Amino acid sequence: MEKKTFNIIVCIKQVPMVSELPWNAKTGTLKRELAQGMMDPSSRTALEAGLGLRQEPAPEGQREDGAQDIRITALSMGPPMAEEVLHQAVALGADRGVLLTDRRMAGADTCLTSFILGEYIRKFEPGTDLVLCGAQTSDSETAQVGPQLACELDIPAVGWAKDIRLDGTVLTAERHVDDFLETLEMDLPGLVTIDHGGSAPEYAGLAGVQAAFESSSVEIVDADRLGLGRGFNALKDSPTRIVDVYTPAAQKENRVLKGTAKTVVDRLFKEYGKIISSAMGKDLKGE
Amino acid sequence: MTTNKDIWVLGDYRNYFRSRVTLQILARAKSLAAKNCGRVCALVFGHGVDEYVGEYIAHGADRVYVMDQPRLKEYSLETYSFLLTGLAKRLQPDILLVGATRFGQEIAPRVAKALNTGLTADCIDLEIDENGRLVQIAPSFGGNLIARIVTPRARPQMATVRPGTFHELPHDYDATGEVVNLDLPEGIPEDRVRCVRSAYKPATAAGLEKADIVITGGRGMGSKGKFKKLFELARLMNGEVGATRPVVYSNWIGHESLVGQAGKHIRPKVLFSFGISGAIQHTAALTDADFIVAVNKNPNATMMKLADVAIVADANQVCSGIIRAVREKIRD
Repeated sequence: MEKKTFNIIVCIKQVPMVSELPWNAKTGTLKRELAQGMMDPSSRTALEAGLGLRQEPAPEGQREDGAQDIRITALSMGPPMAEEVLHQAVALGADRGVLLTDRRMAGADTCLTSFILGEYIRKFEPGTDLVLCGAQTSDSETAQVGPQLACELDIPAVGWAKDIRLDGTVLTAERHVDDFLETLEMDLPGLVTIDHGGSAPEYAGLAGVQAAFESSSVEIVDADRLGLGRGFNALKDSPTRIVDVYTPAAQKENRVLKGTAKTVVDRLFKEYGKIISSAMGKDLKGE
Repeated sequence: MTTNKDIWVLGDYRNYFRSRVTLQILARAKSLAAKNCGRVCALVFGHGVDEYVGEYIAHGADRVYVMDQPRLKEYSLETYSFLLTGLAKRLQPDILLVGATRFGQEIAPRVAKALNTGLTADCIDLEIDENGRLVQIAPSFGGNLIARIVTPRARPQMATVRPGTFHELPHDYDATGEVVNLDLPEGIPEDRVRCVRSAYKPATAAGLEKADIVITGGRGMGSKGKFKKLFELARLMNGEVGATRPVVYSNWIGHESLVGQAGKHIRPKVLFSFGISGAIQHTAALTDADFIVAVNKNPNATMMKLADVAIVADANQVCSGIIRAVREKIRD
């Protein structure tokens, strides 16, 4: 029987390092080396899910050594610096990376982003069996690009999967959504968005990333190569438009208390004890 | 453009007794409709759904579009997307709002894509501007910013809203509304995703959204062991424990306790915030807290600026201090 390669595309986003993002749980320190931009944690989980499928026993007729012949492509759209997360993906085990980058793609909303990713997959990777995305990226948190990419490619999709299994061309996914524990299955090609599920990702060592950088495994694709047309302008063509942005104004009294723990706690209860005891529904001494 | 001014709200009722998000959005839609002179229309797909039709009218819907068919008994993403897309194409609402349940977060992007229109996720507010456009207000850019977003040309204007963002209106027993029963359209595609098993299994920490006192902790608590103190304080105060994303990622507490855009939206009478810097994804979900006490070593942390009382000190020590104080003060 002819051996067929199983093609997986994992969509990976580079996100800004903001104050709430991964830190080393063991040492309690921030990942300073990622201050400029890092792989979105849910993309990372999606990549791991893809790598995990390689470990599964091969369906009948495929490789006899127990491993399926799975090719994993990490795909990203973003500024040139996003190349870094694709090298990281290769260091982690992806076979190659592809970066869609062009000034004309900048400012795309989710509708247009899914169109651009879809154009690439349609034109350059028509044999894709499975697309994996993080369920919700850590910067914009829209959870929209995955479902919209499935629509764009007109393939079935499962969202918020915690665990996926592959049996030939049937994919089974487990998920816990809206208080329902569900097992879903679909025939491939298809798309799955992977829920991060609360595990703390471990990052590839810098040596691994460096080695990946030295290989030429990341391909750059611009708007012309994608055939998006001269007049293409993602910012202008996106259905949504940002009117303005602002910092949420503080509307509180904002009383500042300083001192030893005992002093501040005493003052807190002395001055605000009534509010606290009322919310507790308990009567406190001295209020 | 020949759209009418109707505001549609997708009736998401599968978890009706736990998630009242449809009712909350109906309330907001009613105030938006007062400005754009449209009707509030709820959409109900399912089988044996009379009770929801009645509830939606009692909570503000002027009209309810109903497809009540055995085929629609179970929520189906592909079928429901097909139906909603088809109806929106035919009846052309001006605005389509969906609750940001997991189901809503899957169906809304699909429908927006099929209609080639915009969609703003997890809005924290919605307004009608002087041009009659829907202004979708949502946290953005992964920093401490809020963006005002419009959909200038494409229709409908679409947004998802996280449960707990708006207050539902009281049940109005005298309310009347028009019920429009619709037949199933031709050509519904076979569902390509098969549900092998579905069991009702509520996540824990359901009380977080309803609690009068919420004790939240961030990585400033120091360690998983020290974080456990928050549970003791919560027990003493009849409260619930919430957390930030780094804490959840580090497995100090389960995902169901996450307070933020990707988690729970809370509205306690008193919120204690220990060792939290205050990224917008977290703070956007607690703007309805009546009284906030924040403890952080860094007086310039965003969370400290949002607080009624900002205590500049070690979060862990102050937490212990409050536990001691409450123990002493509780009358037996």
